[in-house]
Amino acid sequence: MFDDVADLYQQVILDHCKHPRNFRELTPCTCSAQGRNPLCGDQLKLFLNLDGDKITEAAFVGSGCCISKASASLLTDAVKGKTRNEAGAMFELVRELVTKGKAEGDVGKLAVFAGVHKFPARVKCAILSWHALMAALKGEGQPVSTENEHN
Amino acid sequence: MNDSQKVDWSALRKDFPILNQQVHGQPLVYFDNAATSQKPRQVVQALVNYYERDNANVHRGLHELSNRATKAFEAARERAAKFINARQSDEIIWTRGTTEAINLVATAWGTKFIKAGDVILLTEMEHHSNIVPWQLLAQRTGAKLAFLPIIGDIGLLDLARLDEFLTDRVKLLSFVHISNALGTINPVVELCERARRKGITTFVDAAQSAGHRPLDVQEIGCDFLAVSGHKMCGPTGIGFLYGRMELLEQMPPYHGGGEMILTADYHKSTYKVPPHRFEAGTPDISGPIGLHAAMDYLDAIGRDMISEHDQQLGAYAYEKLMGLDKIRIFGPHVGRAGLVSFLLNDIHAHDVTELANQKGIALRGGHHCTQPLMRKLGVESTSRASFYFYNTTAEIDRLFDVLKEIQKFFGS
Ligand SMILES: Cc1ncc(COP(=O)(O)O)c(C=O)c1O
Repeated sequence: MFDDVADLYQQVILDHCKHPRNFRELTPCTCSAQGRNPLCGDQLKLFLNLDGDKITEAAFVGSGCCISKASASLLTDAVKGKTRNEAGAMFELVRELVTKGKAEGDVGKLAVFAGVHKFPARVKCAILSWHALMAALKGEGQPVSTENEHN
Repeated sequence: MNDSQKVDWSALRKDFPILNQQVHGQPLVYFDNAATSQKPRQVVQALVNYYERDNANVHRGLHELSNRATKAFEAARERAAKFINARQSDEIIWTRGTTEAINLVATAWGTKFIKAGDVILLTEMEHHSNIVPWQLLAQRTGAKLAFLPIIGDIGLLDLARLDEFLTDRVKLLSFVHISNALGTINPVVELCERARRKGITTFVDAAQSAGHRPLDVQEIGCDFLAVSGHKMCGPTGIGFLYGRMELLEQMPPYHGGGEMILTADYHKSTYKVPPHRFEAGTPDISGPIGLHAAMDYLDAIGRDMISEHDQQLGAYAYEKLMGLDKIRIFGPHVGRAGLVSFLLNDIHAHDVTELANQKGIALRGGHHCTQPLMRKLGVESTSRASFYFYNTTAEIDRLFDVLKEIQKFFGS
């Protein structure tokens, strides 16, 4: 039906978009951050609980397109149990993956986002929650935006 | 038979070679005309002719080419004046488009006439370009903004409340003629008349209407009106501001530089009269020349015909798309302009737009530069199909089929 976009809208992505995991507020939480995509007006808020250096829990709320929602949902699963440094390394891998179509490292389930690189306008959607993650870990109070993310 | 049925609309498509192409293996359906229209060959040719034969700077050469360029540049101004029935061509100021026209007035007129405590009245359906320049002016002067409400999803202005909003403090009413996000056609004559009775200056954002229906500033009775050439078959980067001469004469310059001075000294200069007072520096010269050809093109078809055809397409699309399950269409049910803004189930507008694109259909998905309106409607974004005279009902049927497939794809 939509064969050409099957790469973008993988089954796993459709599933996470329709049934986002960890879709709730965490209160209280160790840190949180907002992400905004000025192009679409999408926004989400990401919440983290940390035990020392380790992320023990991640959750999000907000609204956005299928790609940004699925990305946030998969992120909350993926970063659980990771240290700050490991989460930072994942951010770099995901960025490489969605802009180049492949990444030098194990991205696990996140590999479903490889197809995004063929749709440059959607890179911002896929990376939004990851920017929010980095901002939350850095403890930045300002909402982050994908404005300067180049395709 | 309606008059507009006498026009052979599909024959006009041959003037737009760009429409005749495949996108993702499907015939292109261009439904993003509210963002920018396509340009007919006649306009492209006017640009080519200018650059191949007449190119020179304007108003500063004594040679043949400069004379020709200046003549064409000023002839375009005459044409623009005629296009909106201004009293004189000196009431037309070239700008980059509607956005710059609004900024010009907010800066030049606003700085002189707006004081702390004054109110600038806008409406809840304005484009960012008719909000942000006034916010900047308000911040500079201590003036306040007020917004005439709209009624629900049908997106009509609540005219019953207009008098309540037209208080003694209101100095300016600025509003959109045709909403790019809703397809609402506002009663421009009535709005200007009711404001004028209270001595309030009026500004009409005609970005979406200028290329789609006849415009007569004397009949409308507005003080200012802004037009974007690129939405009416003209090149990008050119548009104009109409201003009533009595007001223009009282306004200080917008930008300073060459072309706008009468005499210049190290510490003080004197300025030309309008319109040149507001056109500093070497202007876009090919722009007005291309726009001239666009205005000729539109009037050869007849803007009354275009408006009738638009409304037929708008009504057809509304009826047709209402046949889809779980669709929410914004804007008026009847008397809408040639665009349909909608949400399909709970599918995000960007996902709809992406999938439509895969079927060769160019839609816009997003907030349409009307974020406050979106917030008012309780949504983040919508998908929008916006038509021009070269679009057909067959293309709308195709959109309907593709939207059905999209619903199936998302399993809703
Ligand atoms: C209603 C309305 N007003 C203003 C604008 C701004 O026009 P431009 O971007 O050509 O300056 C647009 C177009 O985007 C519009 O649709």
